[in-house]
Amino acid sequence: MTSTGYSSPQARMGFFTDTSVCIGCKACEVACKEWNAVPAGDGPGTDAAAGMDLLGMSYDNTGGLDANTWRHVAFIEQHVPAAAEPSAPVQAGPATAEDLGMPTVGAPRQGDAQENAGVRWLMSSDVCKHCTHAACLDVCPTGALFRTEFDTVVVQEDICNGCGYCVPACPYGVIGKREGDGRAFKCTLCYDRLGSGLQPACATACPTESIQYGELDELRARAEARRRELHDAGVTEARLYGEDPDDGVGGDGAFFLLLDEPEVYGLPPDPVVTTRDLPAMWRMAALSAAGVVAALVGSLLGRR
Amino acid sequence: MAEAHPVGFQWVVEAKRRGARIVHIDPRFTRTSALAHEFMSVRAGTDIALLGGLINYVLTHERDFRDYVTAYTNAGAILREEFADTEDLDGLFSGFDPDTGSYDVASWAYENVPDVSPAVGKERWVEPTNRGPSVGGRRDDEAATVEQFGSGGATVGGKPKVDPTLQHPRCVYQVLKRHFARYTPAAVAEICGVDIEQFLDVARAITENSGRERTTAWVYSVGWTQHTVGAQNIRSASILQLLLGNIGRPGGGILALRGHASIQGSTDVPTLFNLLPGYLPMPDAHRHPDIDSYVRADEGRIGFWGNIRAYAVSLLKAYWGDHATAANDFRYDHLPRLTGDHGTYQTVRDQLAGRGKGYFLAGENPAVGSANGKLQRLGMANLEWLVVRDMRLIESATFWKDGPEIDTGELDTERIGTEVFFLPAASHAEKDGTFTNTQRLLQWHEKAVEPPEEARSDLWFYYHLGRIIREKLADSTDPRDLPVQELTWSYPTEGPHAEPSAQAVLAEMSGFGPDGPLSGYPQLRADGSTSSGCWIYCGVYADGHNQAANRQPYSEQSWVAPGWAWAWPDNRRILYNRASADPQGRPWSERKRYLWWDEEQRRWAGPDRPDFEAEKPPDFQPEPNATAQDGLAGDEPFIMQADGKGWLFAPAGLLDGPLPTHYEPVESPVPNSLYGQQENPIFRPYQHAGNRYHPIDSDVYPYVFTTYRLTEHHTAGGMSRMLPYLSELQPEFFCEVSPALARERGLRHLGWATIVSARSAIEARVMVTDRIRPLRVRGRVVHQVGLPYHWGTNGLSIGDAANDLLPIALEPNVDIQESKAATCDIRPGRRPRGRALPELVRTYRRRAGIERSDS
Repeated sequence: MTSTGYSSPQARMGFFTDTSVCIGCKACEVACKEWNAVPAGDGPGTDAAAGMDLLGMSYDNTGGLDANTWRHVAFIEQHVPAAAEPSAPVQAGPATAEDLGMPTVGAPRQGDAQENAGVRWLMSSDVCKHCTHAACLDVCPTGALFRTEFDTVVVQEDICNGCGYCVPACPYGVIGKREGDGRAFKCTLCYDRLGSGLQPACATACPTESIQYGELDELRARAEARRRELHDAGVTEARLYGEDPDDGVGGDGAFFLLLDEPEVYGLPPDPVVTTRDLPAMWRMAALSAAGVVAALVGSLLGRR
Repeated sequence: MAEAHPVGFQWVVEAKRRGARIVHIDPRFTRTSALAHEFMSVRAGTDIALLGGLINYVLTHERDFRDYVTAYTNAGAILREEFADTEDLDGLFSGFDPDTGSYDVASWAYENVPDVSPAVGKERWVEPTNRGPSVGGRRDDEAATVEQFGSGGATVGGKPKVDPTLQHPRCVYQVLKRHFARYTPAAVAEICGVDIEQFLDVARAITENSGRERTTAWVYSVGWTQHTVGAQNIRSASILQLLLGNIGRPGGGILALRGHASIQGSTDVPTLFNLLPGYLPMPDAHRHPDIDSYVRADEGRIGFWGNIRAYAVSLLKAYWGDHATAANDFRYDHLPRLTGDHGTYQTVRDQLAGRGKGYFLAGENPAVGSANGKLQRLGMANLEWLVVRDMRLIESATFWKDGPEIDTGELDTERIGTEVFFLPAASHAEKDGTFTNTQRLLQWHEKAVEPPEEARSDLWFYYHLGRIIREKLADSTDPRDLPVQELTWSYPTEGPHAEPSAQAVLAEMSGFGPDGPLSGYPQLRADGSTSSGCWIYCGVYADGHNQAANRQPYSEQSWVAPGWAWAWPDNRRILYNRASADPQGRPWSERKRYLWWDEEQRRWAGPDRPDFEAEKPPDFQPEPNATAQDGLAGDEPFIMQADGKGWLFAPAGLLDGPLPTHYEPVESPVPNSLYGQQENPIFRPYQHAGNRYHPIDSDVYPYVFTTYRLTEHHTAGGMSRMLPYLSELQPEFFCEVSPALARERGLRHLGWATIVSARSAIEARVMVTDRIRPLRVRGRVVHQVGLPYHWGTNGLSIGDAANDLLPIALEPNVDIQESKAATCDIRPGRRPRGRALPELVRTYRRRAGIERSDS
């Protein structure tokens, strides 16, 4: 019996996304859409130009995960002190003055203060976290969302009735309803490929092994080794995100190695399964109801 | 590299994991920079200054790998007394003729070695002043002759006199030292706009990581070649790598990443006008009347290129089979001849002049992808017919109805006489064939699906076109049709569309002898007993087996992986790998062990095929008059060179100098800091009213711009802008500017900007980013504008074509255009429409003083 309540000889499978080697090629986004036949732009029935906007968010013109984007590569441009001028002030962003082992731009020495800052370009491929305690699954009234034998969380298109409860339930904002269709869609961790012994499409396409697929326990060990390796190399900002089984979602089936705070990548710093307090709330509600009933009964009795 | 070659970049990431230090040098901060340990920003077009600075650093600090340099390069060769360097002539070499604007290269040759190189450049004709008005053109013996040395290197008359101590004042090493002495760190900083400390840090990193125990690799993408000093950029890297002992050794080398998949293959079996397969030169109509004259310069010289007759005869046998006999010169007369420059830009010039009637475009979109797109379109509008073979309706197929000139009124659809044929092409997944990558690996790919509807493979198109032409000419008695009638043109076909067998074509390129398929090019003979359609590919079909389809897993073979695909020549994975061992045949170090002489077996051993005669011992000394490979000693690794050496100094073969010299781009914001000579003295100008060059240091065009690619799109966009999944990732043309330039010009992030040159004005959305940095050059700030060049008017992701801004200014050796460094102005707002657009461009030209009444 796993922590998700699944009982199976099949080990839990997941993703480890090592953003320190992501080159932002977006092959994962395209491979995902190709394999899963996810529509381009804002989906069928929408204006052809919709979803074809220049967003101005560095090289990210996707924006974020939703019903039509199951992998999303974020690009974050940061000022960091130039290597040649270690005393230059940090201009913006949460990057610290530590040497992260990342490149900096040698600035013209006579430039003004603004020009003396170096630049750091972070890239990271985001995806559904396949939570141990998945709120989307908890709230789904039709059973369209289910937990697979690989301990991943998948929406069954033919069962989903488009109620949309799962959308606000997700603590990461991953799942969305497809415009013109109404149903909810998200990453399936390529459920149809796993059964045939294949890797998910994104991991297959990733040229630098930034996206690694495998047994979750093994991935966690590999990620911890990578984190240590980076720390030994002086990249002390490297940290794992979503690997901790004791976090608010019981650990993610898809977790990350980041080079900055999660907020920098648009990830919640302390995600909590939104249904965590439901039992307590229901208990509270039941207590309250019992109190009301008791008071009512009392007041009726008192009249006698 | 991560930007344009993300799949190849996985090996850089892997090297980084194994401890390699990655330095990225580029005008802009790219995805590569993001993963590198260090990024060094340089001004576009100053590569020789930077590399010259590194060479100077190596020489000044004596950090060269001296044993390697002495044994394997021409460092000790003595030069002629009459040779004069740029040091003596303020940026010119000896032999410059100001009247013709060209060099007599005789004084660059080795002392006491006869000058036998063809007289390239001697009779070249260029405008008296580089920027004067005139119609260009050149004589037929000038047609990118240098490129034709591709396989063999230029011919020299023999081995030079050598001073092994490298002390002789006229030896190459001392000349090199003097030539690069002024490329000091301070000069580099001033010219390139780099930080001195950062430059020195990189110089130290490279030298500390080179030598007996370690090697450094240089990787470049083709942007490095797209300068008026393009060939010399690569020469600079070659000199540095030879000095550091990084050629022919594992982890070393200079790796060229090329723009298209299999562009390497397209020069091996060439699409270039001046080459035949295997880098054999295309014969010249006047200088090469027969095969003897064709091979005369090279036959019998030292090195494997001395076998040129065997390679040429085998090619003729592949072309004309039994019709080619010794009695008829193996049908040498059937070969087309060069009568002049037939390069792409000259072709456009001919079209503009009404001399070009027809045009084939196969997977090429010059309306977007070539420099000065307007001239390209005007040229195509002046044809009788145009055939476009592409997957989609690209801009070059529709310019006649919706090109920019229709809007401006410069062209009128009704008046364009060009008949355009669009023939849909199959993609690589829809046909069998090979990709040849930069490591010279031929990798076979199988057809996955049938091409849709009327789309057909290139092989199908050319085979059946040839078949139909041959049928039409079958009964002709006109002797000029004989070359077509006698051509070997029978290939097995299969399927409903009679698709020719690509394997049969590959087998023909590999070649046959009396005993069947050949196993390697040393088997080729000049007597007509062998045939091979491309001598460097000889052996790819050895034993009748498609070696390019080999897919031995890495876990089942050595780390060099000879069982994965097939590398030309002879499945050698590292060229010149004899240099990985010392002159006595021992590895330079255990750590860099690759090839060594096995005394017991009496042959070269190691994980790779020796790029050397396998049984020639290290102490072999040639007979005095031995030729071809027999003329090479056992310790001369550069087997294609006529002296067996790596050339620090090029005594022949280049038109614009035996050593790289820093010249400014034709359009530059600054004067040349190093010499009185501003630009490459023999760059090839392209005089046309639509191709004016900007003045140097112009207030009207004050900014540097450079064009480049993004991961999301493919070159001129034909394979990406039409696809929704790729288009949405980069949905629109944009320009990249620094915050400082945005302030200076009032540009707003995501607003519009108009970028103006003397050729055109285009508009782009503005991306303000710290990744583009102003540089300090000669004491002042130089701003650079970054322009990805993928866009045009067709498809899902559209925008103006950045290449419309570029002038055509050609490199003299290989005729490549300078598309990576030019100047411009940038201003907020959208560009004018209609006739107002050319008027804006003219206004700028008037202000800059380059508008003339003739335009």
